[in-house]
Amino acid sequence: MASLATIFGSGAMTNSIREIEGNEVIFIIGSNTKEAHPVIANAMIRAHRKGAKIIVADPRKLAMCRFAETWLRQRPGTDIALLNSISHVILKEGLHNAEFIEAQTRQFDDWKKSVEEFTPEAGEKLTGVPKEKIIQAARLYGGSRKAAIYYGMGITQHVNGTANVNAIANLALLTGNIGREFTGINALRGQNNVQGACDAGCLPNVFPGYQRVDIPEIQEKFEAAWGRSLSARPGIAASEIAQKALDGSVRAAYVMGENPVLGDANVSHTKKGFEALELLIVQDIFLTETGKFADVVFPSSCFAEKNGTFINTERRVQRVRKALAAPGMAREDSWVITELSRRMGYEMSCSSPEGIFEELGSLWSALEGISYTRIESRGVQWPCPTKNHPGTEHLYKGGFPRGRAAFTPAPFERSAGSTDAAYPFILNSGRNLFQYHFGSMTRRVPLLESHAGEAYIEMHPDDIARAGMQDCDRAKVSSAQGSVVLRVRSTDRVSPGTVFIPMHYAEAAVNMLTSDTSIDSFSKTPGFKITAVRVQPVREGE
Amino acid sequence: MSNDREKQKTVRLRINSQVIDVPEGRTILEAAKEIGIYIPALCNHPMISQSGACRVCIVEVNGTPVTSCTTLVEKDMEVITNSPYIEDLRRDTIDLILSDHPYDCMVCQKTGECELQELAYSYNIRKPLFSGERRIYDKKDGNRFIERDMEKCILCGRCVKICDEVQGVGAIDFAYKGFGTKVCPPFERDLDCEFCGQCVMACPTGALVGRDWIGKGRYWKIREVDTTCSYCGVGCSITLHVKNNEIIRVSSRPDSVVNKGLLCVKGRFGYGFISSPDRLKQPLIRKDGRLKAASWEEALDFAADKLKKIKEAHGPDAITGLSSARCTTEENYLFQKFMRAAVGTNNVDHCARL
Amino acid sequence: MIEQQTVTIKVCLGTAGRASGGADVLSIFQKLIQLNGIEAQIDKKCSYTKVGCRGFCSKDVLVDVIINDQKVTYQSVKPTMVEKIVTEHILKGEPVADWLTKEDYESFQTKQHKIVLGPCGEIDPESIDDYLGMKGYRAAEKAISKMRRDEVIKKVIQSGLRGRGGSGFSTGTKWEICKSQADSTKYIICNVGEVNRPLAEGNPHAIIEGLLIGGYAIGSEKGFIYIRERYHLSVERLRLAITQAKDKGFIGRNIFGTDFCFDIEFSFGTEAFICGEETALMESIEGKRAMPRVRPPFPVQKGLWGKPTVINNAETFSNIPLIIGKGARWFSSIGTKESTGTKVFTLSGKVKNVGLVEIPMGMPFRDIVYGIGGGMESGVALKAVQVGGPSGGLIPASMLDMGLDYENLSKLGSIVGSGGMVVFNEDDCIVSITKFFMEFLQRESCGKCPPCRIGTKRMLELLTKITEGRAEYNDLATLERLSGLMKTSSLCGLGRTASNPFITGLNHFRDEYLAHVREKKCPAGVCTALITFSIVEDRCKGCTLCKKVCPAGAVSGEVKKPHRIDAAACIKCGACFKACKFKAIKKQ
Repeated sequence: MASLATIFGSGAMTNSIREIEGNEVIFIIGSNTKEAHPVIANAMIRAHRKGAKIIVADPRKLAMCRFAETWLRQRPGTDIALLNSISHVILKEGLHNAEFIEAQTRQFDDWKKSVEEFTPEAGEKLTGVPKEKIIQAARLYGGSRKAAIYYGMGITQHVNGTANVNAIANLALLTGNIGREFTGINALRGQNNVQGACDAGCLPNVFPGYQRVDIPEIQEKFEAAWGRSLSARPGIAASEIAQKALDGSVRAAYVMGENPVLGDANVSHTKKGFEALELLIVQDIFLTETGKFADVVFPSSCFAEKNGTFINTERRVQRVRKALAAPGMAREDSWVITELSRRMGYEMSCSSPEGIFEELGSLWSALEGISYTRIESRGVQWPCPTKNHPGTEHLYKGGFPRGRAAFTPAPFERSAGSTDAAYPFILNSGRNLFQYHFGSMTRRVPLLESHAGEAYIEMHPDDIARAGMQDCDRAKVSSAQGSVVLRVRSTDRVSPGTVFIPMHYAEAAVNMLTSDTSIDSFSKTPGFKITAVRVQPVREGE
Repeated sequence: MSNDREKQKTVRLRINSQVIDVPEGRTILEAAKEIGIYIPALCNHPMISQSGACRVCIVEVNGTPVTSCTTLVEKDMEVITNSPYIEDLRRDTIDLILSDHPYDCMVCQKTGECELQELAYSYNIRKPLFSGERRIYDKKDGNRFIERDMEKCILCGRCVKICDEVQGVGAIDFAYKGFGTKVCPPFERDLDCEFCGQCVMACPTGALVGRDWIGKGRYWKIREVDTTCSYCGVGCSITLHVKNNEIIRVSSRPDSVVNKGLLCVKGRFGYGFISSPDRLKQPLIRKDGRLKAASWEEALDFAADKLKKIKEAHGPDAITGLSSARCTTEENYLFQKFMRAAVGTNNVDHCARL
Repeated sequence: MIEQQTVTIKVCLGTAGRASGGADVLSIFQKLIQLNGIEAQIDKKCSYTKVGCRGFCSKDVLVDVIINDQKVTYQSVKPTMVEKIVTEHILKGEPVADWLTKEDYESFQTKQHKIVLGPCGEIDPESIDDYLGMKGYRAAEKAISKMRRDEVIKKVIQSGLRGRGGSGFSTGTKWEICKSQADSTKYIICNVGEVNRPLAEGNPHAIIEGLLIGGYAIGSEKGFIYIRERYHLSVERLRLAITQAKDKGFIGRNIFGTDFCFDIEFSFGTEAFICGEETALMESIEGKRAMPRVRPPFPVQKGLWGKPTVINNAETFSNIPLIIGKGARWFSSIGTKESTGTKVFTLSGKVKNVGLVEIPMGMPFRDIVYGIGGGMESGVALKAVQVGGPSGGLIPASMLDMGLDYENLSKLGSIVGSGGMVVFNEDDCIVSITKFFMEFLQRESCGKCPPCRIGTKRMLELLTKITEGRAEYNDLATLERLSGLMKTSSLCGLGRTASNPFITGLNHFRDEYLAHVREKKCPAGVCTALITFSIVEDRCKGCTLCKKVCPAGAVSGEVKKPHRIDAAACIKCGACFKACKFKAIKKQ
């Protein structure tokens, strides 16, 4: 989310789920919406029934393609070339919003030069998408002033993820499809409270509310609030922990509700890193793969056993309510943190979740107007600076908080992890409908597990035949990092030469294969979406 | 928004002698609801297109019976919803439906929240006047999520429409004709769909219920807790149905702000992990290479001591914290505050990039 | 003498004509005439569905032999008969009198008023030139190139033409409402039903021309022909007609040099009665299951794919070129004031002449039955006439003097419906007839609304109860109540009219129902559960014939002594009753 924040000042969906039904054009890129965000897909389908045109850009033939006016099947890792080509056509056909560009943006002319080379013909060559389709998409998106872009991890989880988001942002700036109802750049966030965790400051470079740790005034403000002197040095990113542990600069880790052993790229490397730690504290509801390396494990409560808030992908703060008592001796995370803090010599005064939320609001104006009373029956979208403020459905109404928004050239570079004779397939990874994340929850739901409990690899029937296999055979998938064994699923959802493994299955963890060295240098997001692999049949007994 | 509404043209009509101004384009059913006049309807549902199939919402307009769910309000309409004539027609239609419906409410999962049962009750139809043969079907669908009891199906078509129009799947449709008309997947195969359960939500009777809900509790004996789904970032409002400290079902209110009552398979059916036997129930400390049960005091002291020692020896930046997008905003706030203020480092992050 | 003759031979090649060997008859004529060197012009002649060529299929193959404008018609022509006709009639000029059509054919034909069926049987349906020869497509040319759309519609309104398929709504008004809709895309659909097959087979261009004029009038560029694929010959001839019309430029772009463009597409329906319901028909064209939609909105407002749509049937469209060509006044001079023009029916049942008939609106039922139909078959008295297919009302003998038009049918609790007309006699049981139709309707209910889906089922169950003698008086009240519910509360016409046979039957034949319910008797002797066979001792001669034919061994007795029927063993097949030569068997 780093890039959106740079351009516009925050990292959320600019517009609202409600507005989807008012879109004239819906441009979905890098998001398997129907499986990863099914209820947003419902809204898109309703929009489609009302006449909205849907553009899907994805290397896989996703379920949303059924509702699409056009489906652009770009080669993995060529999103920038595709987006730049679309921008090129919009410019060439005069579909851009000159008034908006003039009034609200900067660096347009510099950027304009950067897309000159991306003619539809060049785009076709780079992406594999026929130029007619590039032109069609450009006319659809550029031709509407109620057009919105929706993207997911298919955009961000790349080596060049930040540049990908820039290319998307340019498209919105070019057409002025931002800052108004029914438009926007809408990041579909993968987890229930990613937004809340970011907003609350669980990022190494910012305090709550995206306030930078290295700006002295801000540092002073938080020191005053918390009564301690604070470090101005940005911390390390999650994906760097294993490496830092191995080189000895990190010696202890406190992991709350997270499973980095499976979550980070290159599992064997991560495991070594966590093994090397002097102290690993894991706080979770299950003994996760990471928990197995822990020195101390704190049993915590799940969402149904505590009070608090989640902030969804459209910045809506919503209540979480306690319905059950936690099992056994398990306690709420806030209690554990407070207890630990006290023992560390830092007494946290706040007692109830409501009190904690108010403290957060006092430190970040966007949440200041929100209270538990206000969100009793329905959530409110930040920014909501005062008690009377209705909340904000779409951001940047009338302008950007940091003045004009800059066009940022998005240079196209071929993705690392390209194939060779040893590893001829491009591996993509992501979610399926029936499982969630690394499965610590869904894989313990017998109902879901009985229906979708087996790891698999999606592979094109032609590739399966060429490898001498059949649908449902077992296959060994190997990369430079490691290998897994799973079942082959024959499908034309993937194109020949590419394969897909869902991320949910620990026994065939896709991150055994992904590389930890291909990381976006700016956002530190691993390039999960492209890894070169080979697929071989597994004979009985192996 | 409110200005737009005010600008909208309204029409004046009378419903049961009550004068009412309604925006153009509303149905009589909607208009009546606004002034608190209840008209029963079995096929109408706010998420789907109008159907007019069930014939229960029939009302008199200027003396002619019409379905109120499909008839738009017009100027000077004279609507009567409760004349003996209309009530008789309605009663008889319900009677017909009941004549082809199992009378096993005492064991039906839907009892108490069944729209047909409610109508049978309010029209006091103990034994249908139009009795006769009843459809008898085998329950042969092997899917794990949804129990399909087609004998209880009243063919209102809500499930067919919501699957097609809202979910975009079209897993089921009407098959056969006449009295043997039946809603089923193609070729009567087992249901194999996205299992979002929108059809279950929309079903007015016990024809479609969650398989795991059966026998777990009557709806009036449970506690309902409104909360937010803990899966993806959409943030659907959900209602947990709690009985004996156990979640026995999840639903969503139709007026929920983000999802309007819609859920996905995980949100609706993926609650089983909460009561999983794998749940951690006590603190553990590694002793002799093995994780062993400990008290909270022991575990917290152990962790705090170690952290303090490492901080002293290597500085606060040798400690790193990893928080979770699954936890609440408040917990995340506390966590980073702990790392920054108690430990003294900015080494705090979470899985935002996954 | 032969050189001076022009000979035209018209052979029925409709569905029934073909089935009776018409194709062979034609080819033998061709062969023999070539052999004999006769310059004959051999036309293929149209015919009808199973009801028959010129409505008289029971006498197929019908062959017209026209020598110097002198026409005679042969009936029941077999291939073996052709040689004699050629040698005696065509060569020697002496018609084979025994094989010629008889009086019944004449009365059947002359009492009709054929305006849409007229060309059927006269022209070659596969030749556009034949159609052009009878001023075909002149009406379309006039309408499209010389008249404004509203003028066309005005003319249709003035003609008084009402929909021939169902409720009899004014065709012109329907078009006018559709035309006035704001949406620029509009559709027009021609439904070709069972009763329309002879039109499609006999004069397909008239349908196409009517559809074309309709498309122009409402401002539609796209027409659909909705037809069951099973009507092979109709499909084939309509398809050919469209191709020919396209070649001539009557269909396509810039028709008659104007900016009007029109295209026609086929849409094939399924075997379902409900597809005759216009909204269900549209669902079917859209590729969905044929289930009716709620009205309003009406198809003229929101029809096919939500666009304003006109649906008329093939007979309605066939009238259009005549109205434009001959004038509204000419058309409205036929029929009655409110119901103008003619109507095609399939006349069947216990009359002498069964077949397809076209009558002027307002013709009394009596004239139809006793004039065109030639009176009752085998002398048994008429009991009732049913008009409008399975959900038409039963009209008792006492009302035969009423004229057949929309108003009277409605008064009689009946409908034009599918254009069926069945004549029942005193041997028919009203309850059984009603049950038979209800059986069909409940099977064909689409299942969408409970009053129809369950109502027809319950009615069938109650009617069955009556015919089996298990009914109580209350059941009649239940049936009446159910009928009322279905009439007012059903979603579409199928359910709303399904009770017509019952309601009219109970009105006019209440005694017959009461006999079933109270006395457990079937006066017509049809309901097997309610009849008993017994032997009148005085009449029985002991011939043993009844004993021999009884399949159940229920008859006993010695030769020349009176026999007895064991009621317990009797299966009520009626074999003894039919076999007895002395009327000694009594049916009660």
